[in-house]
Amino acid sequence: MNTKLISDDGIRYDGRKIDELRPIKFQLGLLKNADGSAYVEWGRNKILVGVMGPRESHPKHLALADRCLIRARYHMAPFSVEERKSPAPSRREIELSKVVREALEPAIFSEFFPRTTIDIFIEILQADGSTRCAAISTAALALTDAGIPMRDLVSAIAVGKVEGKIVMDVADKEDKEGDSDMPMAYMPSKNAVTLLQMDGQVTHEEYLQCLDMLKGGCLEVYKKQKEALEEHFKKSISSNGEEA
Amino acid sequence: MTDRIVPMVIKRQVMELAESGKRTDGRSLTEARPLQIETGVIDKAEGSATVLLGNTRVTTGVKFEIGTPFPDTPNDGVMSVSAEFVPFASPEFETGPPDENSVELARVVDRGLRESKLLDTSKLCIIPGKKVWIAWVDIYILDHCGNLIDAAALSALCALLTSKMPEAVLDGENVTVKENKLPVPLRDVPVNVTLAKIGDKLFVDPSLEEEEVMDCRLSITFTQEKTEEDGTVVPGKVCATQKGFSGILTPEEVKRAFEIAKVKSQEWRKIVNSVVKTNG
Repeated sequence: MNTKLISDDGIRYDGRKIDELRPIKFQLGLLKNADGSAYVEWGRNKILVGVMGPRESHPKHLALADRCLIRARYHMAPFSVEERKSPAPSRREIELSKVVREALEPAIFSEFFPRTTIDIFIEILQADGSTRCAAISTAALALTDAGIPMRDLVSAIAVGKVEGKIVMDVADKEDKEGDSDMPMAYMPSKNAVTLLQMDGQVTHEEYLQCLDMLKGGCLEVYKKQKEALEEHFKKSISSNGEEA
Repeated sequence: MTDRIVPMVIKRQVMELAESGKRTDGRSLTEARPLQIETGVIDKAEGSATVLLGNTRVTTGVKFEIGTPFPDTPNDGVMSVSAEFVPFASPEFETGPPDENSVELARVVDRGLRESKLLDTSKLCIIPGKKVWIAWVDIYILDHCGNLIDAAALSALCALLTSKMPEAVLDGENVTVKENKLPVPLRDVPVNVTLAKIGDKLFVDPSLEEEEVMDCRLSITFTQEKTEEDGTVVPGKVCATQKGFSGILTPEEVKRAFEIAKVKSQEWRKIVNSVVKTNG
């Protein structure tokens, strides 16, 4: 390897400490047509999520009698990565759409809306590592913005092993050149893991250590999500006040 | 709603039995179904294996073909894993392009094999940047009676472990293929173990009935312990994980699943190694 990803004094290539998250800024309700929306700048990740629904199911036979159907599409814009990505769904995007949906489903009170559909559309405008985690965390806010009742927010983060060290919030270069990547999504108030994946090699001890770090990282994301929610609702209350 | 009543009844039965450590098919919670492996089942493939895990039946065939490398790895061969859910394997399967379940299964199996660094792709280069060997690993799901991921991963593993590849002879830029049967450069024996979570219990190697009522599943792939040339023993590692379905696990349950899967992976690896030794 030519460039070192972690310096001798433990600073990562982007200036972060081993256990430091990238700057994360969530924004809610920026789209007019979607029922709920949220946007995140997470390091150099830029991700926009729009939620449509609960709305009538099309085609109708997909409708479920006792709960709403939840669908998710994780999609990368052709210009989101170094080399243009074909807009057609790749096998990776098909898998990610599935695991992202499964990560968000447990948080939604789907039984409140039988026979309807909630569509979660995720557009990765710029990708910089851990996009699925950023996407899930942002989608949870978009669902909240749509007024959909939730058991909790879903907060997600990835840890990785880079040059022998376990690092928090894996960036693109660390994912590509590092030894492993382990994303997790978590509902903090339920102590519930809703997504867990891993690739690359770690020892049995490191695996357990990663799990503990992931929980801590998810709690930090949770805090930022709640701050964004608070800011958004404060703003909407004060603007309503002016209208009245 | 009626389509959920039968599973709800079954789920209660499964959970009640699990309270006393039992399962509907008579197994204990940490017991896998009988594992039978037959290798060399397809003469025309360079490697093949049929796995019967209980009644779940999966056949994998490996074919080697000369192709072009990926631009970013000009000196490496390629491994490609796909899965075909044959329509007669389950009333739920339909004809058509791979759906998300088949894509997920192929990618989970691929990740386990790839991240273990099983296949040494650096030894599959013929002409750098131009010609490399491509190992096509095609998984055929023939009978779905639960836990497709483990059956598929084991069959792909055994097919690769018993593969023999043709020889590429270079004459300038011309490549001729000789039907010599050369050993494939392999370095590991990664074994994946899947557990289903139902209620607060974990079930190794879930049956179809258990999968239909499970909250979620967790699959973990373990690499083999290795002895270095100087005699030092490098313990096995973890190389892949996938949670599937929309239920939840606590971090403590993940750790419990990890310990159970670790033990089971060693049991299955013993079977794999003995089959490969006698038939490889």
